[in-house]
Amino acid sequence: MKKKHPLVKYLREEMLPTVFCPGCGGGTVLNVYAHAINELGIDPATIVSVTGIGCSSWIPSPYYKTDTLHVLHGRAIAFATGVKIKKPDLKVIVIAGDGDIAAIGGNHLIHAARRNIDLTVFLINNSIYAMTGGQVAPSTPQGVPTTTTPYGNPEPNFDFTQLAIAAGACYAARWTTYHVFHLLKSMKKAIIKKGFSFIEIISQCPVSYGKMVGMRTASDFLRLYKETSVNVKKAALMKEEELENKIIIGEFVDKEREEFTEALRNINKRLSPEVA
Amino acid sequence: MNYSPIRQKYLKQLSGKTLFLQGDAALGYGAIYAGCDFFAGYPITPASEIAELLALEMPKVDGYCIQMEDEIASIASVIGAVWAGGKGMTATSGPGFSLMQECVGYAVMTETPCVIIDVQRSGPSTGQATKPAQGDIMQARWGTHGDHEIIALAPNSVQECLSLIIECFNLAEKYRTPVILLTDGEIGHLREKIVMPDPDDIRLMSRRFANKGEVIFGGKLIPPMIEYGKGTFSHVTGSTHKESGMRDVQTQSVHEKLITRIYAKIDKNREKIIRVEKDFIPDAEYAVVAYGATSRPAKGAVIKARKAKKKIDFLRLITIWPFPRNEIRELGKRVKKIFIPEMNLGQISREIERFVHCEVVPISKIGGIAHSIDEIYEAINE
Repeated sequence: MKKKHPLVKYLREEMLPTVFCPGCGGGTVLNVYAHAINELGIDPATIVSVTGIGCSSWIPSPYYKTDTLHVLHGRAIAFATGVKIKKPDLKVIVIAGDGDIAAIGGNHLIHAARRNIDLTVFLINNSIYAMTGGQVAPSTPQGVPTTTTPYGNPEPNFDFTQLAIAAGACYAARWTTYHVFHLLKSMKKAIIKKGFSFIEIISQCPVSYGKMVGMRTASDFLRLYKETSVNVKKAALMKEEELENKIIIGEFVDKEREEFTEALRNINKRLSPEVA
Repeated sequence: MNYSPIRQKYLKQLSGKTLFLQGDAALGYGAIYAGCDFFAGYPITPASEIAELLALEMPKVDGYCIQMEDEIASIASVIGAVWAGGKGMTATSGPGFSLMQECVGYAVMTETPCVIIDVQRSGPSTGQATKPAQGDIMQARWGTHGDHEIIALAPNSVQECLSLIIECFNLAEKYRTPVILLTDGEIGHLREKIVMPDPDDIRLMSRRFANKGEVIFGGKLIPPMIEYGKGTFSHVTGSTHKESGMRDVQTQSVHEKLITRIYAKIDKNREKIIRVEKDFIPDAEYAVVAYGATSRPAKGAVIKARKAKKKIDFLRLITIWPFPRNEIRELGKRVKKIFIPEMNLGQISREIERFVHCEVVPISKIGGIAHSIDEIYEAINE
């Protein structure tokens, strides 16, 4: 009998192999997630994965063997908010791309962080709208040509992690698909963190983004991530010009704040003594 | 469905009371009678009072009333809460209803029972924010893209706001579909007497849950649901999906089977869903068809015309969608002329034209002031 991978039990096996393009970072995120759930010993029946539209949305939908809510482009966090309020005991994990969570859905991101609702958000940043064929994204670096900025992107890109921190996230980190062990440790923290937790995962797209920057293999990207990443602690001691074109990685915030669904429960308890 | 002990106690205290309430407040109380335990909304005139009422009352029955960052997030969180086992509702007016349309389609496609209140105001765009209108009739029908059926009900009194919102929740559960309560600023802001019902007299439709191995997106015309967190590992998507819920966006037959079933579950049950108030007289030559706020002066005009010996039928549409086409066909055979007063430029009039051969005369009025009895009376006498 063919031996199965021990973590395949966390995936919808019948849907494998994945549809990701060769070299896509989505598979790495899938792998790290399965390790995180396994190491935490969480029953996958208590997880709801919520996701939107885009390549990164295909990581949880269909592959994560959890309850899955595959929603409209941009709205994953808003749908997840309803799930979490109704059933606060469930782990509600949102995984989607940067265009999904931070462009069309940016408003939901900042308000969920402000409310400090206990959601775990993994924002997969691949620098481009990949599923639709390579249009400019809020993550695309300035100057990079895309199909909708053929003369070079005239806009600066977003720092999603700083955005989440400014909006009030209790836990915020950024890693790349090269830093899998750091990412694993961080994912475990984010999943069990009470409050809004956010990890930006810089991930390679050798197809739709790679063609724009002349990097056609996953290893081109992973080498770049390895060489240009600077830990946030080290970055604090560096000058602004030294940090140009660097990826600042690490844990940025890990703090405690009153969680939203708990605040709602407390109101109900105050009004009705019968509320458990 | 039985109420939770907290809710039963709360409703028993209301039972039998005569109150002087706005339509919006009655919609809020009605949702509590209907078992709604999750409301999300965003402030908008003339619907804000629904959220304000529920913000006060919902925590008392251990429910939740949330103000979200916009109308899209409001309906999205409602749909999320429903899959987590809740009974959810949102309320808005024209501009917010426009924003919600993509999510209405998601609720149709994922067969999510939920209720959306649209307290219509004068549009398009910001229009006359504080003035009533009936301009969203066709938006309720066709606002979201793609082929679909929809259910929409229109109350014409504060008392009926309460009873019809309960019916909206029941229809949503029975047909596993979003249901729209289509009222207008006139009824939403109208204050009048209402008698609060006894909770023991309310019949609520329970949600049907799937047995082990039963599919939730096919198998039956109206499949059973699941609730997240019960170990079913269910996959819910707005993409075209198989009966299991798994995405299949390539196969023509999968899409056709799914969409025709979602369409048919309402279309084939239209006679069970549709409700009208019929007041026909022998040998009628004329008829007035009206709905919502406009049905009140319309009825007044009919009474006045009958006193003046005019032979005239009256039909009030309580169900707007699916359209009561059989009732309209019947009326079209009885009379030679149908008058339709509405606070738009003829949206229901045009729908009526599709089903009758007699003359159809819209009595349109826009600009935020409701028809008077005399205006309608004069129009039908011309």
